[in-house]
Amino acid sequence: MSEYRVIGKPLRKVDATDKVLGKTLFADDLIKPRMLFCKLLRSHIPHGTVGKVDIGPALAMPGVIAGLIGEDLPTTFGILPISQDEHALALDKVRFVGDPIAAIVAEDEETAEAAIHLIQAELEPLDSISSIDQAIRTPEPRIHDYGAYGNIHKLVNLEFGDVEEGFAEADHVREDMVFFEGNTHLPIEQHASLADWSPDGKLTLWSSTQTPHYVHKALARVLGMPAARIRVIACPNGGGFGGKSDPFNHEIVVAELARRTGRPVKITLTREEVFYCHRGRHPILMRVKSGVKKDGSITGMHFQSLLDGGGYGSYGVASTFYSGALQTVTYNIKRYKFDGARMFTNKPPCGPKRGHGTPQPRHALEVHLDKIAEDLHLDPAEMRLNNLVPPDSVTANYLKVGTMGLGKCIEKVIEGSGWKEKHRKMPHGRGIGIACSSYLSGAGLPIYWNSMPHSGVMLKLDRGGGVAVFCGSIDIGQGSDSVLAYVVAEVLGIDPFDIRVVTADTDLTPVDLGSYSSRVTLMSGNAALQAAEKARELLAQAAAEKLEVPSGEIVFADGRVFWASDPEKGMSFAKAVVAAESKFGTIGTVGSYTPPRSPGQYKGAGVGPSPAYSYSAAIAEVDVDPETGIVSARKIWIGHDIGQSINPMLVIGQVEGGVYMGLGEALMEEMAYRDRVNIVHKTPSMLDYKSPTTHEMCEVETYLVEDPDPNGPFGAKEVGQGPLLPTIPAIANAVYDAVGVRIDEVPITPEKVLRAIRAKEKGKDPRIGPTKFPEPEWSEPLVVPPPWEGGDGKPVEKKEVAG
Amino acid sequence: MCPRNSLAALPWFHEALPRLDSPPTTAYPRPIMYKHRVIDEPGRRLLRMTVNDSAIEIAVRPHKTLLEVLREDLFLTGTKHGCELGECGTCAILVDGEPVLSCLVLAIACEGKEIRTIEGMADGPELHPLQTTFADLGAAQCGYCTPGFLLTAQALLDENPDPTRQEIKNALAGNLCRCTGYLKIYEAVELAAKRMRNGSDSEAKR
Ligand code: FES
Ligand code: FES
Repeated sequence: MSEYRVIGKPLRKVDATDKVLGKTLFADDLIKPRMLFCKLLRSHIPHGTVGKVDIGPALAMPGVIAGLIGEDLPTTFGILPISQDEHALALDKVRFVGDPIAAIVAEDEETAEAAIHLIQAELEPLDSISSIDQAIRTPEPRIHDYGAYGNIHKLVNLEFGDVEEGFAEADHVREDMVFFEGNTHLPIEQHASLADWSPDGKLTLWSSTQTPHYVHKALARVLGMPAARIRVIACPNGGGFGGKSDPFNHEIVVAELARRTGRPVKITLTREEVFYCHRGRHPILMRVKSGVKKDGSITGMHFQSLLDGGGYGSYGVASTFYSGALQTVTYNIKRYKFDGARMFTNKPPCGPKRGHGTPQPRHALEVHLDKIAEDLHLDPAEMRLNNLVPPDSVTANYLKVGTMGLGKCIEKVIEGSGWKEKHRKMPHGRGIGIACSSYLSGAGLPIYWNSMPHSGVMLKLDRGGGVAVFCGSIDIGQGSDSVLAYVVAEVLGIDPFDIRVVTADTDLTPVDLGSYSSRVTLMSGNAALQAAEKARELLAQAAAEKLEVPSGEIVFADGRVFWASDPEKGMSFAKAVVAAESKFGTIGTVGSYTPPRSPGQYKGAGVGPSPAYSYSAAIAEVDVDPETGIVSARKIWIGHDIGQSINPMLVIGQVEGGVYMGLGEALMEEMAYRDRVNIVHKTPSMLDYKSPTTHEMCEVETYLVEDPDPNGPFGAKEVGQGPLLPTIPAIANAVYDAVGVRIDEVPITPEKVLRAIRAKEKGKDPRIGPTKFPEPEWSEPLVVPPPWEGGDGKPVEKKEVAG
Repeated sequence: MCPRNSLAALPWFHEALPRLDSPPTTAYPRPIMYKHRVIDEPGRRLLRMTVNDSAIEIAVRPHKTLLEVLREDLFLTGTKHGCELGECGTCAILVDGEPVLSCLVLAIACEGKEIRTIEGMADGPELHPLQTTFADLGAAQCGYCTPGFLLTAQALLDENPDPTRQEIKNALAGNLCRCTGYLKIYEAVELAAKRMRNGSDSEAKR
């Protein structure tokens, strides 16, 4: 029996009715009187210096109002304080095909589009770089003049215990190499922004952004305006998946154009432009070497990631750390070493996509473990079960694990899928594979260093009984607005559909850092919980006084406030607000949330910690056609440790959506570029960029494992990103079970499968995947002894060796 | 707290202090005083059609797509777009009851046709059974693809009141959804079909 009246119930989302009526206003749906339209001229070369950009001919065109070039907005910006490397419009260089160079604003979109073609931009091509390997080999010309060295943007070298010792202690040592191709978010809504300037010198920007707070900061910086005069309103996002988490060129450009013209300015990107905005999954070449005992326990692991970052920093430094951070939170790893390097290349910038930097290493790790299990003649599911990280422990890299339901997830999917009867026992062409994963419920540290809360909520109670929740969080489809309403409704005993939710408006709502890193339910949920509890306390005191009962015995439920021992002795919620307002004055409360401190004290320890880790285990069953190489997923069983579902229907929706996206990444989605010189996107359209339709999507059986986490609101952990992660390696492992070939390269396309099957038939190595690992010049690793070797989370001081 | 009147006695009080945060942009460019020039535009054509049961008459630019006319001239912004190239199904609407990608049709080709958009799917305050099940079963996450799915599904159910899962998949194969993985959408269509067959919703047939 649940102890809740709202939490844990499969309720409609508070905004669902608007959505099915087509009433939800997305950014491109906004229309303002005298609105102008903006278009951007984008680079057609991947790398070059920018000479004179003449927008004169475009300005002369009837209907064109104004234009901008790089010099008009010379201040750099970027999402991370350490990579402020973007210009709103290219100032000195263009760094990828699609890099914006100039902007035109006109009375209508067609005119702006036509005028773009009249701009004369002198671009002097530079040698371009299109791959990880080439970036390492080609230090000059440098794409950016900052970074580790040459075209290496960032190097990370961390060592937690002596892995060589681990390998020596092992019964078996195995090394694998895996390449994960980049792919993109493909939200169905194209990015759109609308800016308006008011005569008193204030700016408003409506935008399809997942991070209004960071856009706010970027606008203040680039426009040189006090943040107090800028208002950013994030419109509901028509899908984000990480692709709307950076401050974007077009957002800044329309803001500046609104400032210059005094008129509202809108931009909506074309689908092709969305592909070039990207910020999606980094292509990563990975090498993983592990030492294991006969039972599969890991004595040491060395993980290396080479990331193809594209033309700008974006979230890349964080992505680099993430590609080495979460390996340790699922299975016990006694000693762990990580080397990561991110390259600049002349491609659209990579950034965070669902799982941010962790699906690629998770894929490599889970495929690697599948091979190890086979080497050791162990059942891969059992082997995982026997080596789990215990709850309430600290990993080798100082991540604090709290609740840990992975074991239950594995047991559920083993049972549900009939694993024991199927693994290595099905006819040729049909296979089954397992993989597990974990993800953050929000990052432990903010993007820019500060000690303020990560999420704030204000609650306003009206004497008519109305409750309004104000929070900076933005609903990108995951249901964060509903979560706020459910949490407040549960505490105050009211109907969530009676609550007014006001979100993502920097003028009206307290800061929430944004809809990324699966942080919103936990962080804004906790803030809402705190604000609601404070309000409840005020109402309880006032009601208790009226009812002449102890305030500790006041109950809130079904729109009533009453004495626990006798529901008749009570009043309506509205009356309780009146009583409280009479007693205390206007009733408004605030709540905020700051994650707990994490034990790691080394440089880089900021990436990976989370208040709570979700866990997932997936089993995939696939058919592989040996004649065509086509892989089709039959069914995926997935167990997800959610802590506590705030709304199980929405949780399952996130699980299914994550599995779907993982399926697409595993089998078809890729950001592929044409040739090595011009680096044009091969498939910048929804038709050519393959993503699963109803025909490719398979059945999904979801098992929710609920074990409330003390750090989550009502015990809730994340679900937005985690379930994507195990899907991809589970499919790869199933392909091997089906036809005995290893495709160590994502996506697992029919062409690769067929090539491997043919090789196998000819008695050749039935593996498709990378064979070379170019080594950058690694830096000296930071050595941090793991907790069980007496470490305290700090790096050991290097002793200078005397000459 | 310092009382105001005692502050006024202090020497700095009568001059403004410099701002500590980023300077205010007093120097922001003045709005550009543009000459209002009428854009040379091709002649408009008069178009008559029925949109959500209302007869309308509107002068449109002949090269405008139905999507553009619906959204920009008729302000029916419930119809969304994901590609404007006929690739995603997001802009699907019904023309004479058939699902059509509004980004691929010229508005003037719809002379005399009956158009139904998401704004005309509910019967007054009554949601269409599909709208109810989409909302209740979580078939709309971000909701951006939803209008296109709803109208395409409505066309399916109008034709085939008892579709199999496979028939639903076939009918919806041209609509992309990035959020749901389609599964909740199938469930919503199936439940709506069942309710419509049982006639438990009076407005089942429209
Ligand atoms: S917008 Fe019409 S099919 Fe994509
Ligand atoms: S619900 Fe977001 S694209 Fe379908």
